[in-house]
Amino acid sequence: MLLRKLGFSVAAAALSMSVTTAQAKVEGDTIILGSAISLTGKYSTNGIHTQNGYELAAKLINDGGGVTVDGKKYKIKIEYYDDESTPARGAQLAERLIQQDGVEYMLGPYSSGLTKAIAPVTEKYGVPMVEAEGASRSLFTQGYRYLFAVLSTSEQYLASAIDLAAEQAKSTGKDPAELKVALAFENDPFSQDVRAGVMEDAAKHGMQIVIDENLPRDLSDMTPTLIKVKALKPDLLIISGHSKGAATAARQIGEMAIEVPMIALTHCDAAKVTEKFPEASEGFLCATQWSPTLTYSDDLFGSAADFEKLFKETYEGYDAGVPYQSAQAAAAVMVFADAFERANSFDKDKVRDALSATDMMTFYGGIKFAEAGNNIAKPMVLWQIQDNQYQVVAPPKWASHKLVWPRQAAGN
Amino acid sequence: MIATNTNERLLQIAVLAFGLIAPFLFPAYIQQIALLWIMILFALTWDTMGGQMGYNSLGNIFFFGAGMYICAVVQIIVGGYDVGEYTAAFGAIKVDITDTQYFTGLFIGLAAAAVGCVFLSIILGFFFFGLRGPYFAIGTLGIALAAGELIGAWRWVGGGSGISLPLYPGSDIFPGSADEEGLFFYFLCMASAVATFLFFRWLYKTRFGLALNAIRDDEEKAEGMGIHTMRYKTVAWACSSFFLGISGGLHGNIVHFIEPLEVAFPTITFGIFMVAMSLLGGKGTLWGPILGAVLFHVIKEVTWTHLLGWQWVALGLIIIVNVVYFQQGIVGWLMERFPERFGIRVETDATAQGKGGAD
Amino acid sequence: MWGSIEVLLSLPAYNVGLILNGLCVGAVFALAAYGLALVWGVMNVKNLAQGEFVIMGGYLAWYIAKTTGMNPLLTLPIVAVLMFVFGWAIYVLMIRRVVDKDLFTSLLATFGLAIVMQQALNLAFGPEVQVAQFGRGSVSMMGGIVSILEIKFWAFGMCILLAGAVVAFMKFSRMGQAIRATSQDARAARVMGINTDRVYAFTYALNSAICGAAGVLVAMIMVIQPYYGVTHSVRSFVIVTAAGIGNLPGVIMSALGLGVIEQYSGFVLGAEFQVATVVVMLLLVLIWRQYQASRIRQVVR
Repeated sequence: MLLRKLGFSVAAAALSMSVTTAQAKVEGDTIILGSAISLTGKYSTNGIHTQNGYELAAKLINDGGGVTVDGKKYKIKIEYYDDESTPARGAQLAERLIQQDGVEYMLGPYSSGLTKAIAPVTEKYGVPMVEAEGASRSLFTQGYRYLFAVLSTSEQYLASAIDLAAEQAKSTGKDPAELKVALAFENDPFSQDVRAGVMEDAAKHGMQIVIDENLPRDLSDMTPTLIKVKALKPDLLIISGHSKGAATAARQIGEMAIEVPMIALTHCDAAKVTEKFPEASEGFLCATQWSPTLTYSDDLFGSAADFEKLFKETYEGYDAGVPYQSAQAAAAVMVFADAFERANSFDKDKVRDALSATDMMTFYGGIKFAEAGNNIAKPMVLWQIQDNQYQVVAPPKWASHKLVWPRQAAGN
Repeated sequence: MIATNTNERLLQIAVLAFGLIAPFLFPAYIQQIALLWIMILFALTWDTMGGQMGYNSLGNIFFFGAGMYICAVVQIIVGGYDVGEYTAAFGAIKVDITDTQYFTGLFIGLAAAAVGCVFLSIILGFFFFGLRGPYFAIGTLGIALAAGELIGAWRWVGGGSGISLPLYPGSDIFPGSADEEGLFFYFLCMASAVATFLFFRWLYKTRFGLALNAIRDDEEKAEGMGIHTMRYKTVAWACSSFFLGISGGLHGNIVHFIEPLEVAFPTITFGIFMVAMSLLGGKGTLWGPILGAVLFHVIKEVTWTHLLGWQWVALGLIIIVNVVYFQQGIVGWLMERFPERFGIRVETDATAQGKGGAD
Repeated sequence: MWGSIEVLLSLPAYNVGLILNGLCVGAVFALAAYGLALVWGVMNVKNLAQGEFVIMGGYLAWYIAKTTGMNPLLTLPIVAVLMFVFGWAIYVLMIRRVVDKDLFTSLLATFGLAIVMQQALNLAFGPEVQVAQFGRGSVSMMGGIVSILEIKFWAFGMCILLAGAVVAFMKFSRMGQAIRATSQDARAARVMGINTDRVYAFTYALNSAICGAAGVLVAMIMVIQPYYGVTHSVRSFVIVTAAGIGNLPGVIMSALGLGVIEQYSGFVLGAEFQVATVVVMLLLVLIWRQYQASRIRQVVR
């Protein structure tokens, strides 16, 4: 008897799960976008940067009246779940957003690993996803039709740093093939993909890789790696490990008085290195998808600098600069809004086709998708931290400042 | 031990019926219910060690991850790719395999995962079964943590970049086949969970089950009685890992993308969930872990996603409250409260005290 | 890998850097490990939240230093007191009910505590990596080949000082004597009129304070993040398991050894093996202990 009762209560509990019936993707005058985002776990710093970007764009679009589809104005609302920085959870949540919450348009999660886990799900259900934070090249070789990325792919992150090093070597009368390169990359899908790109570029110039380290997930001390750098004296040190990698590296490079003439990182801005380690970070090269000093602009946010200003006013804690993760997240929402208006319909496939035909200019740069879904209308730029400010030094077309080489030795 | 009576028969039939009908009744929840079956499997296999044998392993998740990787590697090999090349591309290869290759790869992979995990458990058992109490728990936790770190450094299986598994045939371009894949893996998950249940139900009724309980109650005395404890412990762990290996292989294919730290060896999520679920339902009982798994999973899925960041606080509190205040679990509590329902004869009220529970 | 060994052999000066760094961080590990040995030995609680206490101490130091502009090192006494109170509260809320339960209960309960603390820290301070800046720069030695943060030496000194203080406390104060008496035989202590509940509370709070102090140093010599506690916990368990409970010199030696081994494995095998090394050390120590035990135990197999 008792067990039977238990069985019933279990069944009842399961039934109650289904009571939350699927909502429509468009409720009244609101378009619902779904996103699994990392609010906890190892990617949470950038997960929050991303969420802030999404929210700001949605707010601005709504304040301006919303998105016009078929003569009617619609607001944008984004539903979030916390993916806990784990791909398995991300995939489950994508299923949940699509199957149970009835979401028919998705915004991407943070990081390549999460995007890799979610893309098969959105593809399975034919749900268009515009993602802003998954740069791994492997995302764009699978023939995904519903995946669109506003950012440049990972091999471009540090390519210009390698080119700069080679040019610099030539100008001082050295052969680039003599250059010694040290690599330290986090052992995660994104950083390893960047590493693969760097290896290819270094091989092109015939540079020698003298150190090739993988950094662990819980990186809190990279002293041994940096002692190795001291011993082997490379000409170029490249480090990539999301925000915590950049923060740990910046700190210890300063402390250990590492005197490498050129140091390149990813995620300097997301880690707020200029604010936290002003001395140590002087002269770092930082790969970035976007810079507020670029001359792009659009009708919504105005110029890139306007976006930065508005973002700083809206959210706390960004005084030292707005990370590009937020900018590209905002751009992703704009791309969706634009696609809805052009599709003039809420049909998934019409929206998908409109997305694929996107050709727009935003404060974040041009956005035009290749067949595979990656954005081909926007370059990566390279910052150098000069006098505690991020200044664009490469590629030449966008450079506002000249490269300072060698970087001044940090610390004392 | 629960005697087979009409109540239990009815419960079995009810669960089975629910399992068979659910995916058609609630098609939107297929994945969540599939995961529920995996959770039930987790709780049952953990309970063999923790509940019946008294060896509280915090590292059973190791076999889940090992199974996932073994299955993935076999699938790649059967698919006709070189594993090193496949993983070196970070999933940039557009996998091109036939349907037959996919299904043979999957089933050989699952079988290999099960057998491989049995081997691993025998080797690990040899090294770790001399540890008692908290040392065994810490040691097994260490195994799972070390496995995650070491696989992450192993380039041949993709290291930290992980492996993107071949997609279910036809599901990558044609969105229509969505349910087909869901159902396919749903029934595999259900079958493995049901098989786990039936197997352990049978096992606990044999002399073997009694020997496990003897080890739990007093290992020294069991040895004194001439029980070859080492053999029993090893076989019990091997049985657990057999099923855990299968569940790992399945889960990897459901997620499509595997990676050592977060997907394959999620020590502080799934690894602890399995313990929490068994404790919640009542460890050392047959239905307790199942009940715990169902409750835990339903609570988690219903409330989790709405807590946005607070879910970990909730999880921690559930574990604390469960362990500190409610250790005998639900079925343990019921057995104490209503012993006669479980076929336990009570002469007087006094003997009912301490009948349930597992310590 | 061979390249790295070559470097060490041909340029022995780099060994100095690795060893000094290792000893200094090892001294910090010793603090948390000693705290664990204390609660384990006295009240048989295996505190898996050890690392979270460390990280929490670090965050408190960082937060106080940031808001008041104090030097983070000076916050150490404040943090220790705050953590002492925190530890006492945790004892009253949950540990009290765990003390006389079976072995596994304390592991799992403190694991739950660890999860709650991680997430609470994340919600309170955000997920960013933080550092408390000591601001005295580095000490350069051997013509700049070896450059070590000055704070690391301070940390080393602090650890010796704290360890000495704890030993003196245990030996000479009434409470210290009560703690030792309880750890030897709790029942006898109770019979002799010692309030063991208070002793346990004090021990747990003391552990929390020691971890907090270690955390202040960790925030200055490494970096802190809400989820970084696990490695600190594992380290403590490695050290205590290797040294044995109630063996302070052993704890210190293993901690220093672990610090140096970690640096060397990071250098020779690569940074990705740094965490793996700690865990594998744990497994090896356990297997070794078991092997020792099996030579004494006579069992049917």
